[in-house]
Amino acid sequence: MAIRVEHELHGRRLSRNVGVGLTLVGFAALVFALSVVKMSATGPVQGFDHTVRPELVGAEE
Amino acid sequence: MSDASVITPEDRVETGFGDFIDLLKPRVMSLVVFTALAGLLVAPVQVHPVIAFASILFIAVGAGAAGALNMWWDADIDALMTRTAGRPVPAGRLAREDALAIGVALSGISVTMLALAANLLAAGLLAFTIFFYAVAYTMWLKRSTPQNIVIGGAAGAFPPVIGWAVATGSVSLEAMLMFALIFVWTPPHFWALALFMKSDYANAKVPMLTVTHGHRATRFHILAYTLLLAPLALGLGLTSIGGPVYLAVATVTNAWFIRYSVAMWRRGDADSEADGYRTEKSAFRFSIYYLFLHFAALLVEATLRQFGMGVW
Repeated sequence: MAIRVEHELHGRRLSRNVGVGLTLVGFAALVFALSVVKMSATGPVQGFDHTVRPELVGAEE
Repeated sequence: MSDASVITPEDRVETGFGDFIDLLKPRVMSLVVFTALAGLLVAPVQVHPVIAFASILFIAVGAGAAGALNMWWDADIDALMTRTAGRPVPAGRLAREDALAIGVALSGISVTMLALAANLLAAGLLAFTIFFYAVAYTMWLKRSTPQNIVIGGAAGAFPPVIGWAVATGSVSLEAMLMFALIFVWTPPHFWALALFMKSDYANAKVPMLTVTHGHRATRFHILAYTLLLAPLALGLGLTSIGGPVYLAVATVTNAWFIRYSVAMWRRGDADSEADGYRTEKSAFRFSIYYLFLHFAALLVEATLRQFGMGVW
């Protein structure tokens, strides 16, 4: 039979674990959003992405 | 810091998530967020909302990290003052070494992430702010000189400069005047508090001006700093981020602050004790509104400029 008695300690531990977990998820989401914004701001990057596609890069004098 | 253990491991209770929040001094953080956001929004360069949000968040986390380091170092004296005895470390809800670990980790994360989200200047200013608050103020000045909050106040004055640096990548006259506004506002704000919290600081042997030089000298210092503050606050209104709305707010609030300072200066301890330090408590509360109103007025001016209604 499972132990069901809840101590105040368990509540505090649960709040800590949930809080830290949500903070980490939020941090990951923020880094993702920042990456999207930074990448969008740099313009097209396909010309430099593994397969060379010279037509996407401006002509050089 | 002393080696006297405040709480033994046996006395400690399980740490809740709220204790981590308390460790980051959320009330100080709210002021940091507000002034940094104001610095960012009044700057003449638009910032992408996600970058602005992330930058303000990392500035706030950096301020929280400095607060955690402050609570780690000051656990012994925090336990002696009624105002601070309920903090997580002296109350036994968080181990001192955990406060240190959190402070160091969040310092590194906040500075690195601000560098990536905004620019190196903003990150460098944030790193210097954390260092100044945790090392220069907390470890050195706070326990060694009655000028502790005068010099240490610089740490609290940096957030609008960092916000400005996030937007512009530079520091200008406007940013320096925002810094000066908070820097000169800090001493009268804390000395007004110290006037009615004197026994707290004396018990902890913190050399506040009220403890080392008495109330008369403190009242004079408050008046002197308030008089110095007024031209700085009005001068900010004449720069590119000021305007008539700001100048009107600055004129009224500075006149009011000087009025409070004169009233405190003319009072003796007998008067203050007779009415439970009513004027000093009112002046302390007003000083919080004073700073809020100045930055709110700068935001109003920025909004007016956005709609083409800026006067200069």
